Amino acid sequence: MATSTYTRDPAPVRWGLRFVTISYVVLLVAWPTALVFKNALADGVGAMFDSFKDPEISHALFLTGYITFFAVLINLVFGLTISILLVRYDFPGKRLLSALLDVPLSVSPVVVGLALVLVYNGRDGWFGPRLESAGMQIIFSTPGMIMATVFVALPLMIREVVPVLEELGDDQEQAARSLGANGVQTLRRITLPAIKWAIVYGVVLSLARSLGEFGAVKIVSGNIAGQSQTATLSVEETYQNFEQGTSYALAALLAFIAMACLVIVAILRPKEES
Amino acid sequence: MASVDIATAPDAARTRRPRTRRSLTGGSGLALGVTMIWFSLLVLIPLTAVLISAAGLGLGGFWEVVTQPQTAAALRLTVVESLMVTALNVVMGTALAWVLVRDRFWGKSLVDIVIDVPFALPTIVAGLVLLSLYGPSSPLGVNVANTRIAVFLALAFVTLPFVVRTVQPVLESLELDVEEAAASLGAGRFAAFRRVILPSLIPAIAAGAALSFARGISEYGSLVLLSGNLPAQTEVASVRVLTFIENGNREAASAVAAIMLLVALLVILVLDVIQRRLARRGD
Repeated sequence: MATSTYTRDPAPVRWGLRFVTISYVVLLVAWPTALVFKNALADGVGAMFDSFKDPEISHALFLTGYITFFAVLINLVFGLTISILLVRYDFPGKRLLSALLDVPLSVSPVVVGLALVLVYNGRDGWFGPRLESAGMQIIFSTPGMIMATVFVALPLMIREVVPVLEELGDDQEQAARSLGANGVQTLRRITLPAIKWAIVYGVVLSLARSLGEFGAVKIVSGNIAGQSQTATLSVEETYQNFEQGTSYALAALLAFIAMACLVIVAILRPKEES
Repeated sequence: MASVDIATAPDAARTRRPRTRRSLTGGSGLALGVTMIWFSLLVLIPLTAVLISAAGLGLGGFWEVVTQPQTAAALRLTVVESLMVTALNVVMGTALAWVLVRDRFWGKSLVDIVIDVPFALPTIVAGLVLLSLYGPSSPLGVNVANTRIAVFLALAFVTLPFVVRTVQPVLESLELDVEEAAASLGAGRFAAFRRVILPSLIPAIAAGAALSFARGISEYGSLVLLSGNLPAQTEVASVRVLTFIENGNREAASAVAAIMLLVALLVILVLDVIQRRLARRGD
């Protein structure tokens, strides 16, 4: 038994807690997750990849990749800008904005979808008809799906960058500026390099969240296979159509990517602290 | 004191270096303007539209929608299950955080990673994951699909990390000497835990509980395949909203959605209060 200053609980308490908590995590998360991979690989890796060749499935995967790319890009630019503004500048309403930025984390994806439909649908939305007559369809189209995805993943980048910026302070930035660097130079040479790991985590987390969005995208997309169906929506439809092999294969692929993101963050994170 | 890490507001209590904040200049003012327009178009205006659409029903109409038996049953189920799952998380989450911080054993870092899996997995995949162990083809022979137990399981799965991840950093930052002082003054282990450790954990536990309750109320994806969405039995509020949308009844959908939105805002408010209290104690 390893001893440390922390392992001071008496043995029965320690083993009891260990047993209860580990069983809980195994039964609730580890075992079921492992089973999905087992089910997906039941007919071999070849069969799993064959199911991705179905045109509707490959289109869904492409669409998910496309939406994720733009959603992460938008959140990267928006998140960075707003983080720098929140930490380095003073403006009225800053506290309120900071609180409001967390709203997407606790709002139901279904509410997000409904909210976007109410404003952007082409028939009777607030802005939808005008945008549509200008040739821009949002709801039941890719822009709406990107907006829904951006919405749900919005706070992730900000949550990673803001604490790092705060801890960093602005001594170096001020020094750079006093030596004659302009705003863009200070940003590129001083600020961005100092927060690059926070940005990497933010991107990885936004990526995982964007790939997996389901409820909000289901409402704004119209959910038509081969057209506006993303990978997560295909998981649902194939499962309900009793194509469980395809469903498990897609789910395993999504789970694999999500968990790879997780492991990347877990491996990278200690670097920042040392 | 410690910062409440993963799931609380960005302005959490933490050590801050003194700095000079600048007021807006031309470039930064423009940047703020553009980001605010984007944030309004994406988040503020659509969420306001939900509240206005719900208000369009009038008080009587609103009441009629939410007290209609199927909707009322869905709301009740959602709240009751979320409360039960939150209670479970308070106990299991604190125990897990305790084990992760105070215990040492082979594979602990693996447990630490597995706890984040529910955050990372797409919700629809989470449903399928649970179905494979607790569904019709369960290797355990346990089939809870389409029952209320399935709703409970799904919510427990997706909310697992919240309490663990809010309590863990606080527990890590607790000074051992306070406990040792308590022990040297004759406090038993349990008394030391109850009087010395628990009070400093309570804000973090409360923050985790609030987040887990909010997530429970809003959950949709993981329930789709698992709970069967049986009216008045396993149907939750978010499924009710979706049914209203699919039937073209957007005002009724907005009425239920408005309740869910207000719960979410309330939770954010509670978190903000907890956080400010934490920050004040730290100074």
